[in-house]
Amino acid sequence: MTVSTNRPLSPFMTYRWTLTMAMSFVHRATGVALYVGTLLMAWWLIAAASGPAAYGAIQGFTASWIGRLILLGYTWALLHHMLGGLRHFVWDLGYGFGAAEREWITRATLIGSITLTVVIWVIAYAAGGAR
Amino acid sequence: MSQGSGSMRTPIGRVRGLGAAHSGTKDFFRQRLTALAMLLLFIPALVVVMMLLGRNHAAAVQILGSPLVAVIMILFIIASAWHMKLGMQVVIEDYVHDEKLKLAAIIANTFFSAAVGLASIYAIIKLSSGV
Ligand code: HEM
Repeated sequence: MTVSTNRPLSPFMTYRWTLTMAMSFVHRATGVALYVGTLLMAWWLIAAASGPAAYGAIQGFTASWIGRLILLGYTWALLHHMLGGLRHFVWDLGYGFGAAEREWITRATLIGSITLTVVIWVIAYAAGGAR
Repeated sequence: MSQGSGSMRTPIGRVRGLGAAHSGTKDFFRQRLTALAMLLLFIPALVVVMMLLGRNHAAAVQILGSPLVAVIMILFIIASAWHMKLGMQVVIEDYVHDEKLKLAAIIANTFFSAAVGLASIYAIIKLSSGV
């Protein structure tokens, strides 16, 4: 049996996986993660409205290592998605489509989200720990 | 066709600008509108979260129930709930191709987004009128 060499190929077979492609997917993944994470926001607000016992329960959860890890992930997801959204605004306005700009803005999104996450957590520990 | 033969609108006039989604660019625009709203509300909302860290229930109730904080939080919740509903609908439309399953997923998405949003807003309003 001979294998035809002219059959259509999927994009993933013909294109090199680039950082901009990965970022496009990450924007979607963080959007979905934030979607699920709103349950945490609702739990927190309802707990506050319910009373000290319920509020103590969510404070216990957020103080646990798994709780902290989820919140850290949520902080990064929000910041990364937000900066990614900003990148979309730049594109919507018609700028940043050149190869160099595209790479630059993508790197800036990634570095910016990680840096801001660290900065916010340092401030949070300083502010929360001081009380 | 909903229009009778007496309509002056030609078929091309009826579909112009609507595209494959049959509803035009309304959702695309609102996705950006709500994203912009969250962008503006991000710093104030972050300040509110920082104020709550390390504080007990009584303090949290007082902070979340104060008018300025409550309004910021409600605006943020409305923007998020709307944005996540629109965003997740795009994700569903991209990946779920069975018509019935797609409809069910879109309905579930709408219910989830509305429930999370309303529960959070209800909690804020309750906090504002005393727990
Ligand atoms: C400042 C905050 C935010 C900004 C600037 C922002 C911006 C955006 C933009 C521009 C898009 C459209 C992307 C596209 O057309 O491909 C989008 C998609 C989305 N956003 Fe956000 N967003 C923000 C916060 C949130 C939050 C808090 C959530 C969830 C609770 C969320 C969930 C989603 C989802 C599920 C999508 C769809 C993902 C996709 O189609 O790939 N976003 N966001």
